[in-house]
Amino acid sequence: MFGDYSLSDLGAIFAMQGFAGLILFSVYVLMALGLAIIFGQMGVINMAHGEFMILGAYVTWMTSNGFQQYLPSLFPGYFFLAMILAFIASGALGMLVEWALIRHLYKRPLDTLLATWGLSLILQQAYRSLFGAREVGVELPEWMMGSWQATDAIQIPINGMFVMGLTVLITIVVAYLLFWSRWGRQVRAVVQNRVMAGAVGINTEKVDRYTFGLGCGIAGIAGSAFTMIGSTGPTAGQLYIVDTFLVVVFGGAASLVGTIASAFTISQAQSTMEFFLSGSMAKVLTLLAIVAILMMRPQGLFALKVRK
Amino acid sequence: MIINSRFFNRTELIGFVALALLLFVILPLSLDIFRLNLVAKYLTYAFVGIGLVLCWGYGGILSLGQGVFFGLGGYCMAMYLKLEASSVENTKIQSTPGIPDFMDWNQLTQLPFFWKPFHSFPITLIAIMLVPGIFAFIIGAAMFKRRVGGVYFAIITQAIAAIMTILIVGQQGYTGGINGITDLRTLHGWDIRTDHAKFILYFVEVVLLFACIIAAQFIRLTKLGRILVAMREQEDRVRFSGYSVANFKIFAFCAAAIFAAIGGAMFTLEVGFMSPSFVGIVPSIEMVIYTAVGGRMSIFGAVWGSLLVNFAKTSLSESFPQLWLFGLGALFIAVVLAFPNGLSGIWQDYVQPHIDRLLASRKSKPGNGFPVTDGAPAE
Repeated sequence: MFGDYSLSDLGAIFAMQGFAGLILFSVYVLMALGLAIIFGQMGVINMAHGEFMILGAYVTWMTSNGFQQYLPSLFPGYFFLAMILAFIASGALGMLVEWALIRHLYKRPLDTLLATWGLSLILQQAYRSLFGAREVGVELPEWMMGSWQATDAIQIPINGMFVMGLTVLITIVVAYLLFWSRWGRQVRAVVQNRVMAGAVGINTEKVDRYTFGLGCGIAGIAGSAFTMIGSTGPTAGQLYIVDTFLVVVFGGAASLVGTIASAFTISQAQSTMEFFLSGSMAKVLTLLAIVAILMMRPQGLFALKVRK
Repeated sequence: MIINSRFFNRTELIGFVALALLLFVILPLSLDIFRLNLVAKYLTYAFVGIGLVLCWGYGGILSLGQGVFFGLGGYCMAMYLKLEASSVENTKIQSTPGIPDFMDWNQLTQLPFFWKPFHSFPITLIAIMLVPGIFAFIIGAAMFKRRVGGVYFAIITQAIAAIMTILIVGQQGYTGGINGITDLRTLHGWDIRTDHAKFILYFVEVVLLFACIIAAQFIRLTKLGRILVAMREQEDRVRFSGYSVANFKIFAFCAAAIFAAIGGAMFTLEVGFMSPSFVGIVPSIEMVIYTAVGGRMSIFGAVWGSLLVNFAKTSLSESFPQLWLFGLGALFIAVVLAFPNGLSGIWQDYVQPHIDRLLASRKSKPGNGFPVTDGAPAE
């Protein structure tokens, strides 16, 4: 399959596909960061994570419509407000769900999977009733369109770079929150020993709620980024949930570095192969490779060494 | 635990007889052929459910990829039926007569090698069991020997379901793509589309279902079944007692896969086509839902769960298409939160004691009327 291209062509193709994969990478990282927090730290399998992402996407869509109608002069900057709103909406819904549903199931991880699947069905139908079954697309502001011509053969989309920068920023914030803030220490204490953490005065219920809310809120931001690569529909989230779980598991649950590394590997592998093979075969090969590697190394790429 | 040497205890026997009465007598007599065919379709999921009871309820291994095995069984059957339907006379308008129509549309000029064995009916019947069995064995051996379990196993099986769907949809020329394998006509020269054939197929299916129930009950009652339960509760202790935990898990997973495949093959016969929409992530999870609603610990519960949830699905989505997903989601959350053992758990906790009391009082006062069991889930 490489035979038809010259060496410099190949280099350009890899570079272009690599940058094209950046948005996919960003969505994966943002989705997976949320999941890694929820799954890695709390042990909850949130099958409704894709629906939280889609909520963020719908909020972005509504914000962009609102700006177009009422504040057309500020339209170029709508994306920043949309992200914040998406974070708040998804985070609030996440905390509500934690309170109503998840907190009863901490001792039964497999059941959280089933219950959140039920939740995802309800959310999908709610989106369908509220926003209609048809997929909606968001209009990008002028400055995000177009691309930057790096060399003759290589073009880099601007929105890709923007989302990428955003992802880096959010990752740093999350890492800071988890590893250096007081709240992060509390989260890790609760994860390692719930009873003991409660005994030393940490409000474990509150920590759980905020952790879940943060994970879902990040999924909401992922939804904002998602509006740039796909159209938003009620069931669009479901397409990403398996990929995201694989990203988290492949990277080694509970390891942020692993999550980022695996999101990068998977999105780049898929995007590069898509150029040479059909999209579906690229996806099949990527998923197969991950499953095969997971069979050999079930703990993922970057496993934390913990005593069980 | 009281060790029961009988194959069925009294309540199980009542459940067995009630189910047999319903499926063999009441439903065929009271439903027209269209509805009976729908029931037959629902019952194909009961095969998957019985497998899930063994592997999830007893073994504690949650597989979210049962649709793969259901699909493999179904596709094996569909390939045989399709080859029979696309004989040279039937397909003489094609550029290559004698191959299935979708291959012709996709510019294939000869039958792919993996289709060739399906010219033979005995080989097809063996393949329906063997292909999913071997596939499950490979997955199981690779995972359980490395002690992958629980959540990880669930996610990986789900990924396999996703891969399978994408592969089937993507390889149109070999698999029929998104439409699946359609336009199936005869089974070994016998037209499966007539009402009479559907009637007979229903009974074949019910007989097979009871064979599976008895097989599952047999597995459950032997030492093997007890080890499965022990493994679910305290895996390490079973391992330290000298049992090979992985092999037992592989066995349970393979058995579940084969049950699912039988269901899939029957599905193809009942419905007349097979498509990737019964293979992927969503149908696989729905199959788990049926089992959970019926009761993950009860073989009869799985059958009842498949029947009732599908019946509700059909009737609700006919009249209130908007409400159906809300209902299904809420049902699922309710089952997980409040009734982890599903309908059979409710029956055991709330109905069974009353019946026991009735039976007990009948014994003390002879001549009392026979208690009425209205065919609700039993175990």
